[in-house]
Parts: sequence; C-alpha cells; structure tokens
Amino acid sequence: MNKPVPMQDVVPAHNIGDYVPLVDGPEKVSGRAKYTADILSPNMLAGRIYRSPYSHAEILDVDISEALNLPGVKAIVTGADCDKTFGVLPIARSEHPLARGRVRYRGEPVAAVAAIDDATAREAIRRIKMTVRELPAYYTSQAAMAPDAVQLHDKRPGNLERDVFFELGNVDNAFADADLVREGVYNCPEVCQVQMEMHAAIADYDAVRDRITVHASTQVPYYVHLMLSDILDMDMSRIRVIKPHVGGGFGCRTETLNVELITALLARKAGGAVRTVVNREETFITHRGRPETDVRLKIGMKKDGRITGVECEAIQRGGAHSGYGVVTILYAGSMLYAIYDLKNVKYIGKRVLTNTPPCGAFRGHGTVDVRFAFESLLDQMAHEMGIDPFAVRRANLLEAPTFTDNDLMVNSYGLPECLDIVEKASGWQERKGKLPGTGSLKKGLGMACSHYISGASKPVNWTGEPHATVKIKVDFDGSLVVMSGAADIGQGSSTILVQAVAEVLGLDMSRVRVVTGDSEVVPKDNGSYSSRVTFMVGNAAIDAARNLKALFIKAAARKLDARPEDIECLGEIYRAGAQDKGATFEEVVMEALKDSGTITVTGNYSTIPESHGGKKYRGSAIGGTMGYSYSAQVVEVTVDEETGVVTVDNVWVAHDCGKALNRLSVEGQVQGSVWMGMGQAMSEETGYHDGLLVTANMLDYRVPTIQDSPPIETYIVESNDPHGPFGAKEAGEGSLAAFLPALTNAIHDAIGIRFNDLPVTPDRVYEAIEKKKRAKARGKTNGSAS
Amino acid sequence: MPRLLELVLNDRKRVDAVPDNLLLLDYLREVTGLTGTKTGCDGGECGACTVLVDDKPVLSCLTFAASVAGCKIDTVESLGRDGQLSAVQRGFHEKLGSQCGYCTPGFIMATVGLLRSNPNPTDDDILDALGGNICRCTGYVKIIEAVKYAAGLQAQGVAP
Repeated sequence: MNKPVPMQDVVPAHNIGDYVPLVDGPEKVSGRAKYTADILSPNMLAGRIYRSPYSHAEILDVDISEALNLPGVKAIVTGADCDKTFGVLPIARSEHPLARGRVRYRGEPVAAVAAIDDATAREAIRRIKMTVRELPAYYTSQAAMAPDAVQLHDKRPGNLERDVFFELGNVDNAFADADLVREGVYNCPEVCQVQMEMHAAIADYDAVRDRITVHASTQVPYYVHLMLSDILDMDMSRIRVIKPHVGGGFGCRTETLNVELITALLARKAGGAVRTVVNREETFITHRGRPETDVRLKIGMKKDGRITGVECEAIQRGGAHSGYGVVTILYAGSMLYAIYDLKNVKYIGKRVLTNTPPCGAFRGHGTVDVRFAFESLLDQMAHEMGIDPFAVRRANLLEAPTFTDNDLMVNSYGLPECLDIVEKASGWQERKGKLPGTGSLKKGLGMACSHYISGASKPVNWTGEPHATVKIKVDFDGSLVVMSGAADIGQGSSTILVQAVAEVLGLDMSRVRVVTGDSEVVPKDNGSYSSRVTFMVGNAAIDAARNLKALFIKAAARKLDARPEDIECLGEIYRAGAQDKGATFEEVVMEALKDSGTITVTGNYSTIPESHGGKKYRGSAIGGTMGYSYSAQVVEVTVDEETGVVTVDNVWVAHDCGKALNRLSVEGQVQGSVWMGMGQAMSEETGYHDGLLVTANMLDYRVPTIQDSPPIETYIVESNDPHGPFGAKEAGEGSLAAFLPALTNAIHDAIGIRFNDLPVTPDRVYEAIEKKKRAKARGKTNGSAS
Repeated sequence: MPRLLELVLNDRKRVDAVPDNLLLLDYLREVTGLTGTKTGCDGGECGACTVLVDDKPVLSCLTFAASVAGCKIDTVESLGRDGQLSAVQRGFHEKLGSQCGYCTPGFIMATVGLLRSNPNPTDDDILDALGGNICRCTGYVKIIEAVKYAAGLQAQGVAP
C-alpha cells in the first residue's frame, strides 16, 4: 500500500508532454526483448525457401523428389499446395504464397522445405529442380508499358496496375494566367526500408485440435490473421497470431509477407512447429520498398509567388505484383494537396507491373518522390523570379479549417510556424548566399516543406467496426492492463497507450501495464501504418480510460456516500469535496469490483465521414485523414568541387505534430524520418542485373552510418488538432520528404547545379561539376554565350 | 569436427562441445540461449552482433566460436548489477538511443567497449567506435546523446 499523503499534496499525475522513455526500453537494452527469431524451442523445424532464378517464366515442372528423399526433410510445399492468393488490397490480391504457373521476379518463392535443421533444409533446397519456359522480362516501366510487351497478369492490359487521371479546376487556363510556367523531370530510384530485423516467422500447427499459432515480425497482426485464414482455408477462430518485439518496419511489414504464409503452410504439412528466418538478401528481395518514380511536373506561378496551377505525371515501377500499388499511385496525386492552397491541378498517375520484386508502402507512402519534385521546382522558380524560397511557401499557405479542392479536411495547420522557426534557427535571412567557402569547398543552404496523414480515414479492410478499439482490464491487484492490437514496432505506440490511460485517470504510468500483439487476448487493430496509431488508438485509449474513470467515480460515490457528480478524481484519491478525506485508489478499485468481480472496459474511435475524402475522382478517398502533420526544413551543405562529396553540416527541422504527447519519442521519430530522407537523397538505391537484385546487402545498398550523419536540430510545433488525442497528430513520417529537396536546393545554392535525379552521390555530383566546367570552357573558346 | 570449447561467458566459466565451423554468434544464440546478441545481416555489414572478447568489440558473426577458446566473452546480458541498468543501458533507455531495439545490443556492447578503454570519449572517438554499427530508427542523434550521458554516469561511478 502507498504511504498516506497529506490531503493538500494530492494532485493528479500528468505525463503528457513530458520526455518519457519507452515502457519497453529496459527489455531492449538488456537483451531480454524477444524478437521472432529469438524464440527457440528444441523441436522446431527449420524452414527454407526455394526462390526462382528466373525473372519471368512459365513453370513447367517443380521437381522435389530428390529433396524429399533427403533424410531429415519433414515437409516440402510448392504452388500445388495452395491455390489461394493474397494481397493487402481486397481488390488486388494477385500473389500466391508459392508461385503457381508462372514466376514474375527473380527471387519469387517457388517451394519451401521444413527439415530437422538448417543445414538439411539448405541441402534440400539445392536438390529442387525447376523446369520453365522463359518469357520476356521487363525491368523498367517503359519496357513493361511497350505495346508489344507480354502481360504479367491477366486483366492488367499494358501492364498497368492502375491508371489514374483527374483534373480539378482548369490547368490550361491557370498556366495561361501565370507569369512563369516551368516544367521539370525528376527520377527517384527504388529504395528499401532495411529495417534491422530480417523477416522471420514461426508457425506451430496443432494437428490434434486443428489449430495454428503464428509468430510474425509484422506491423499488422490482423492482416496476417486475415491472410492466414484465406491461405490455409481455416476459420479465423482456429488461428492465433502473436507479434513479438519487432525490429522496425517502415512500411515493409504492413502487408502480410510470403514468409509468414509459407511458414504456416509448411507447419501444417509437417504437422509441427517451423521457424523460418530469412537472411538479409532475402529480406531485400521480399522488398515492399518505395517504387522507382519518374515525375514530370509543371507549375504556373504569379509574380508574387502564388501558384496558379499544377500538372503532375508520376510513373511508378511497381514490381511484379499488385501489393499496395493502387493506393501508392493515388497518394502521389491526392497528396499534392493539403499542404499549399492549390486550385487547378491535373494528375496523371501510372502504376506499372514489372519483373522486379513487389514494391509496397515505405514511410511517407506515395508522397515522397512527388514532394521532392514539387519542392525542387518551387525552389527553381523562386530563384528565377527573385523571390525568397520561404516567401514562395508563404504566398501559398492554406487557412485552416478548410477543405481542399479534392475534399481533404484540414483542421489544424502549423506550417506557418514551422517556416518561421527554421528560418530563424538556421539564420536563413542573414546567412543565405553568404556562407563562406574555402578553396574547392562550397557551402549552401536549402529549404523545403512536407506533410503527411495521421492514418487513413478509411482503412483498406474495413468491415464496419470502429477504426480502433482498446480494452482495459482491472482485477483484485489494482493494476490496470491496457490491451490493444496496435503493434509496437519501435515507434513507441505501447508507451503512448500507457501515457494516455494514466493521464486520463491521473495516475502514475507505473500503475498501467500494456499487453499487445496476441490475438488471443487483444482486440483487432488495423495496425501500425500510415501513422494511425497515436491518433486513432490513442483516442480509443482515452475513451476506454474515461469509461473506466466513470466506473471508478460511481464506485467512489457509493463508498463515500456521495453523488457521482460531486466526486473529484485526483488519481490516487477520489473525494467528495475538498474537506473530504476521500478514498484511496485501491479502495475505489475494491469497491468497483464488488459489482462484477472483474472489470473490463472498452474504448473506441472512429473517423468522421467528413474526413473520408470526396467523390471527385475514382480513388479520392486515398489521402483522407483526420489530421495532417506539417514539416519545414533547412539543410546546410558543404560541397567539395574537387571530389563531388556532399557533406550535410546541419539540419533544422520543425514538425507540427499537433501536440507532443511524448517529446522524447517525437524528437526521435522526426530525427529518424529526416535521416531516412537523407539516405534516399544521398546514397540509397537498389540495383538489378537481369532482374537479380545485386544490392541486397548493407554494403552495396548504402545506409548512412553514424559517421555520415549530421546533427538534426529538432523543433516541435503544436497546432492542437481539435480531433487529435490531447491535440496530437502524426510525428513519424511527415518530416521525411522535405529533406530530399532541401538537400538538392542547398546543393544548388552552393554550386549552382540542380540535381533532379537521386541519389546525389559523389560521382553524380563530380560528373555534373565537370560537365559544367566543360560547358563553360567551350563557351569561352567558341565565344558563345549559353 | 566438434571440439571442447572452454571460455568465460558473462563471468561464468563454460565448457561446450562445438563444431569447428560454428560462428560465435550462433554459439551464443543457439547453444547458450543468449539471444540478446542479434543477427542483422549476412556477415559483417551491420554490427548488431557485436560482443566483447577480452573487452574488445568484435563482430560475432565473423568470428568462429573455436577461435575465442580461453577468452572472456561479454554479451549484453552481462550488463547491469543488482537489478539496476548499467550506465550505457541507462543512456540508451533514458535518451531514446533505442527505438525498435534490434541494433541496440550491438550498439551497447560497442559503447561498453569504448568506455572501458576510453572513459572520456570525444565526439570523434564516439563516431569511430560506432562507425560499424547500423541503426535504422534514430538517425543516430540520440545514440550520440546516449553515449555521452553514459560516459557522464560512468564518471559518477556507475558501471558502464
């Protein structure tokens, strides 16, 4: 029991807005946190996957006879074992867990082995033989869209997964009305999440009861549950999905992955437990990264910097399966809006099927590459018009609350404050264009903005229930146990849930525990993607805590012989008026338990229909959210003209997250986003040779190290969203995109060269500098101006 | 061929029969059950498997178990005394040097190795010591803060 506290000292505990270390931090720093691959038991079989060595081929035969003869092999599954398809979008489930009839990318799973140990499983894989008739393979969007190209999938003529077109307003008139119209062409290569934990799954099939338990390194246990049910043709009630600690995701684990489904198929066939841990190369090939995107962008602008119209074409090389494709290409168009006040916009989007691994939802889903183009072109036009880049943004600000032309609801809008903060902090007005370079070292400043949604207002697998549900359980021990399906993948969602519940009840966070990620005890959750958890699950947790508080107040009233409306909750004390000695929290819990013996309350949250996007074009629900985050960034660079090496000296970022519930986490999320943007901007890109992913390791795929990484001065803007939990919006994605154009704008400031193709590697910079020098020299000898 | 491997693992003497080609990483995870040490790549790319061999950070994924016979091996599980987190653990926890936590044991052991040999590291010392460890969550900003905070705690007498 707690010591008695003098009455006047009792105040409700608060944590919102504090620097709160993660509730599962002690496990992570002590090695006690168990990730899927850490769960070992003696009788587990080792799973291994046989992958296609062909990019595009008709499968004539998969011969597993020699592999089956190997002692120690317990089960082999091929496409013959499962004729069902999976995929995150109900309208586009194009993938078999193991290829049937055709393989469409190099590395696509064709067969899988469960054996007594990993060495035996590997040997069995070596004995599998595949006979095929090869088909033409397409590694670029243009090749796949060629008129005579072979179709990868039925019902996808021209290899187009989705062709999007909308025009809102009149773009031709807008350009005619502009003082300056400019067009740019941009290329952003494919990038991967490279979360530190490689994909892993454990499936344990109980043949006696016909039940299966699956541990998966996933962001959305519910989707895994759903897909397992389809693929295994098993009732959902016979499946249990557990999400242990997950080592990051950044979007690649939003979709159910073939690893989980294949492991389950193996376990059922072997009649036992199978553990599949794929290696780093396979994790790269499983992919679901950001597609290579070609952007053609045209903007019209008035002399004062106001944008009159925008025409944008985006072509995404989506890979061999539908995946998230339709959503990604729609985001790229819809999210042109909701950051600036745009009136005339035309968007042409093409999502292309190619013979490369399937792309997916990468942090900043759909928005990043188009934002890079947009903020680059704005900078270029500002430069040409002699307007400060900050002034151009300020000339086009929204005024919240408002609905955009494509019916997106904007209630809170902290972008103006973000701009003010980074302009001042970076010393922009005093330092821009005046940074001293020495010798071959040139310095520059660049800025840009970006935004992101706080969860999609319409989930992709919506069956009518609330968008988020949280349970709180209270029993005789007086501890509050929050139960949620929200997947903590390192972003700190479990901490937010504990914070929200403790805050509403005025209790110290140590009173509250959290249980997540086990379908046997937690309610369904739509998962950790598109930055929905703090907003939606946070609101549901607040609702649950309020419902619990109402029960406690009722119990306290009975105990204190007072009316419920007279009860004051001070967290550890409930009392009826300031003179009342009151009842302790423990006493109130005991009183409340008298009714039912155990207490379980639920809390819900649903988005409002106004946030669902309009009906102005097909797919216009994509982009709808309850609240947009905003970010402004300034990047300072040094460019070495002799080597082409770009060094980021400093980054100033201001992020409007509505309200920072946990300042420590918000800073960490914003810094992580900025830095991930830096990777895409400066060093990361996949490379293929005849469809073989040749950068499938962390040396060839260059993730920045601590030595490559700049300080990131992080400022939090709190615009207090009217619908957000305690006013909060998202913090983990919106700051990624702005880094890319802020960097290239800074490089332009330093050396006068614009880079429209990413990543800006030293060899590209060097080549561009040399080209400029040669052009200059030619200009001199020819005596011609250019 | 299996051979007997004798070593001191986390202050405890052990003898195990291990095959010659068994990696130290797999020995730790699968033979001793110490799964705090992580596998993050296909060999030498990421630093997640960093452990201390005679107080020096090594990549256990590039080290044969047989090659550390007679050595003192420390993994993340060795840290902390009397139920309290160690200085480096506290740094990574309290300063959010750890988000998803998967790279954390490697970062922590590389940092412990640094602080045992160099209790007052400069910024450059920190970047040098952690240059082979990849984190995909933090952008490293808070990892640097965590290491500096840990060095401060160590100066106050908290074990690294």
